[in-house]
Amino acid sequence: MLEFKEVTKTFEGSEKPAVNKLNLSIEKGEFVVFIGPSGCGKTTTMKMINRLVEPTDGQILVEGTNVLEQDSVQLRRSIGYVIQQIGLMPHMTVGENISLVGSLLKWSKEKQRERAKELISLVDLPEEYLNRYPHELSGGQQQRIGVLRALAADPPLILMDEPFGALDPITRDGLQEEFKKLQKEVDKTIVFVTHDMDEAIKLADKIVIMNAGEIVQVGSPDEILKHPANEFVEDFIGKDRLLQSRPDVTRVEQIMNASPITVKEERTLKDAIQVMRDNRVDSLLVIDEIGTLKGYIDIEMIDTNYKKRSYVYEAMDTEEYSVHKSDLLRDTMYRMLRRGSAYVPVIEENDRLVGIVTRAALANMVYDTIWGDETAEVAAAQ
Amino acid sequence: MEAIITTLSAYGWDLLEKTGEHMFISMAAIFLGVSVAIPAGILLTRIPKVADRIISFVGVLQTVPSLAILAFLMPFLGVGILPAIIALFIYSVLPILRNTYTGVMEVDSSLKEAGRGMGMSNWETVRKIELPLALPVIMSGIRFATVYLIGWATLAAFIGGGGLGDLIFDGLNLYQPELIILGTIPATLLALLANGGLSMIEKKLTPVAMRGETA
Repeated sequence: MLEFKEVTKTFEGSEKPAVNKLNLSIEKGEFVVFIGPSGCGKTTTMKMINRLVEPTDGQILVEGTNVLEQDSVQLRRSIGYVIQQIGLMPHMTVGENISLVGSLLKWSKEKQRERAKELISLVDLPEEYLNRYPHELSGGQQQRIGVLRALAADPPLILMDEPFGALDPITRDGLQEEFKKLQKEVDKTIVFVTHDMDEAIKLADKIVIMNAGEIVQVGSPDEILKHPANEFVEDFIGKDRLLQSRPDVTRVEQIMNASPITVKEERTLKDAIQVMRDNRVDSLLVIDEIGTLKGYIDIEMIDTNYKKRSYVYEAMDTEEYSVHKSDLLRDTMYRMLRRGSAYVPVIEENDRLVGIVTRAALANMVYDTIWGDETAEVAAAQ
Repeated sequence: MEAIITTLSAYGWDLLEKTGEHMFISMAAIFLGVSVAIPAGILLTRIPKVADRIISFVGVLQTVPSLAILAFLMPFLGVGILPAIIALFIYSVLPILRNTYTGVMEVDSSLKEAGRGMGMSNWETVRKIELPLALPVIMSGIRFATVYLIGWATLAAFIGGGGLGDLIFDGLNLYQPELIILGTIPATLLALLANGGLSMIEKKLTPVAMRGETA
């Protein structure tokens, strides 16, 4: 979809290139976030895509065509663009703003109006807003319009330059969620520039960390948090976030115990007690022949049923409560603590049991998150 | 008072004719000024590095006394209405040029970038963003120039350009204060009318969002 080949930009009067021999390939439909300290070249890189900044050297291919070989005005009309300052035209109505690119493309008035109506229904704004002027809208509403304006001509690629940076935190949060959802609906490739790591983690499929005109690391938020490429990335992400954001990105399978104590459903209760005794536990997960989770059985159930029943499947509790191995730990933790259960079985496709998360494992996790840094420091000091 | 009325009845027809001439001279000069200074002002915004120098140079021209300009133009353009219009035109350029330049430069740069980023050509940026948003400032430059030009147009009489200046100079030469007043009052009224009319247009042209803000 989008490819950088040895792209270099050296600004006039500067010896050091702002962007140096950058190579990167972006897939269709990907949400790519460029992040780095100010002056790292992230905005320059983005602006070279629609040639608001002309590359000094190298090639940028959008769907296989070198942007440098296209007419810059036509090129920009085919790429969506959202800026931090929102930049709605104060002398045009909201509707006229949305269909600005349409008017440049000489669409008929009807087509422009239709498209504006269609777009405003994508965000939670009433149609009569089309006739208002931008200054009558709140900042958050204005930037929604800014995003719609970029979508107007249905470009496959949208560039966003810190679009939520000027909004207050609450509005920003809401808009990020809304936008992420919208992006999935409209299926666009997004190149997004920010200096806010939380935003990057929340939105990106792929994060590109830049410093001094070069790419330091490319990866999914999870990969970057778990395996920062070097000290710069670690510092940039911040130790706090590395720890704190673990529950946010950690998946259940990463902390689960992969060998839970189980018993097959057709075994006798006597066998079950034996297993409990051998493993020093008071409850067991019940599975069938092929490892499908069937339920659980604990010592009390065996005790009350010992006289009447003889097989595990007769005495067990079949209540279905489990989490999928790719669920986020954060959600799991919350549910588990609320239910007050001591453990939760982890399953994969077809309900096959793959592990267990116990309260003890969660306690370790929480401990690491809150105190991990200090413990590490104390350990280092000793 | 009686003397004025007598003079008025004697010069009534003359007065109308001279007022007409006066308006024509001023309007022609302003028209020329607008059609040169606005495009020039926009061009200057594209070369901001030298724009300041060019504007100060035009500012120096402005300080040359108007009488002197008229005198300088005579050998080239002779006498009559044309050199008068041209002299006045020179004076109208600076305020319009300066206001066009400032007005366009002051248009929020993020709007220009948004426009460019969405694929507006240079001309489309001027027509759809810069001119509409700078219009209030440009209009106040035009208004300023018009008011001054109507006053200065009385000097046109010096080089045979006609206008209300004729009456004033006649009054001076003939020691008839009534005649001077008869020339001055309509010129003042014209200036006031032009000021009022142009203010109204200025308000009309101000984008809704910018109304009620600093004008």
